Amino acid sequence: MVGEGIEINKRRKTVMEKISYTFLLFLTLIVIAFVMGIIIYLIVKGSSAINWEFLSQKPRAGMREGGIFPAILGTMYLVIGTLIFSLPIGILAAIYLNEYASKNRLTRIIRLSIINMSGVPSVVYGLFGLGFFVILLKFGRSILAGSLTLALLILPVIITATEEALKTVPDSYRHASLALGATKWQTITKVILPQALPGIITGSVIGIGRAAGETAPIIFTVAAFSQPNLPNSIFSQVMALPYHLYVLATQLTDTPENMQWGTALVLLMLVLIFAVSGTTIRTRFRLRKKE
Amino acid sequence: MARLKTRLRDIKSFIIYRFVFLNGIISIIVLGLILAFLIANSIRFFLSYPILEFLTGQKWSPTVLEKFGFLPLLTGSLLVTFGAIVIAIPLGIGSAIYIGELAPRAVREILKPIIEVLATIPSVVIGFIGIKLLAPIIKDLFNLSIGLTALAGSVMLAFMSLPTIISISEDAINAVPNRYRHASVALGATKWETTYRTVIPSASSGIAAAVMLGLGRIVGETMTVLMITGNSPRIVFSWLQPVRTITATIAAEMGETVQGGLHYSSLFAIGLILFLITFLINFISDRFINKIRES
Repeated sequence: MVGEGIEINKRRKTVMEKISYTFLLFLTLIVIAFVMGIIIYLIVKGSSAINWEFLSQKPRAGMREGGIFPAILGTMYLVIGTLIFSLPIGILAAIYLNEYASKNRLTRIIRLSIINMSGVPSVVYGLFGLGFFVILLKFGRSILAGSLTLALLILPVIITATEEALKTVPDSYRHASLALGATKWQTITKVILPQALPGIITGSVIGIGRAAGETAPIIFTVAAFSQPNLPNSIFSQVMALPYHLYVLATQLTDTPENMQWGTALVLLMLVLIFAVSGTTIRTRFRLRKKE
Repeated sequence: MARLKTRLRDIKSFIIYRFVFLNGIISIIVLGLILAFLIANSIRFFLSYPILEFLTGQKWSPTVLEKFGFLPLLTGSLLVTFGAIVIAIPLGIGSAIYIGELAPRAVREILKPIIEVLATIPSVVIGFIGIKLLAPIIKDLFNLSIGLTALAGSVMLAFMSLPTIISISEDAINAVPNRYRHASVALGATKWETTYRTVIPSASSGIAAAVMLGLGRIVGETMTVLMITGNSPRIVFSWLQPVRTITATIAAEMGETVQGGLHYSSLFAIGLILFLITFLINFISDRFINKIRES
């Protein structure tokens, strides 16, 4: 009797387990289907628009014909500008945290600030960029103002990735270098940074992937509704892919469907290329470390 | 001579230290500057517009009526955020449990990068997909005249918060020591009982932090909601109506304001509120994370 009871109980438990597992798997599959669905759908709908003309020509006929070259180029300029500003500051900040900072209150506040910086909504960065770079520093709506705004946005990514990379360099390297009479700075620049380089590159690539896809921070600081002429200085306004997609989707809704899908696909591919190459470098680096 | 050389070297390393230090505190400087700027630019609004009317006003009509009522934007943001988090919690925690605890290793190695990809899809692309695919579905499903509603925003924001929720929850689940699992199994619990009676409660602080960080992403998200929630700053209490969030209001209206005017200043004011809200959310999630470290 008793044994039978336990047996039934056990079977009920297995059934419960089966149901729960299936349910959790189902939830996971919803998420995966969403991601794959978006990517596949964009490829299916957008690839018909993509050809050499679309990628290399300026828009014509009120952006209803031609290509999106100025938007691609504008995004590239912004990405490069962003990196020029964020990389040196981000690396130095990480060096401070990992090589100089002692465990005190200030360091805790710095770490909290970095977490908070990554939590600040991108539109708030946009507001700040407008108030500070565009208006107060009189950069106007320009590549310079846009790059600086985006640089702030990705700074936490660069700092965190660089610090993680610095942490992987064994202390014995530091001791050996110092013991040979090198100064701390020489040790950092000649011994530690070269070792941490793959990690720094990973962080930068992931960071610029984010910068390339952001819209809200560039609306008020650099993005032009239509600017077919290519920029001639850092004070020029440029078109940018994310903003261009926003314009096509919400304001110029009579543009050909496949141009809209094509623009979305080009933007997604650009961002994915950055993300995938970033993670590939990281995986390679981790494998090499293990060997 | 040698002494001079050491002295020069000392001075040089001191200068380098100061320089590195200045970069080290960049995060504090930037946050301070952002806060100072939001306050400086919103002062004009707070001084000239009655604060009570701002906080309790039921109309946001900055150009036509010159009314700056915050309530429609607040209800818009709350509606979209609440809907999103209700969708995101089961999906996020469920997937995290599956990926972290149940999935075979090979499956996990496939699932994790796919979820990482989701984090990289730009919000403007998600908004675009929302306009083209989700809004028509919602329109037909609920027989509406327009599909651009709070619900469309909630659904898309839920998915956008998932990479954060899943990866941090999964970290928390992985951080539960294996001896807990072994002890539970040794006491006769099944694998599933071990998961939901032992592992999940032990990881609860981390899961709470994950949800808070996901919430922060949802509250601050701009482009997607701007594109797919219908852009209508009215007080509504239904997910099937168009709304306008705080973030979308800033992005939509900043381009048309006169610099230094009341409208301009009002957008900095709601930006300041938004900044403080996300600051609070981050602070709470940091609390949860510290709780894990302590235990």
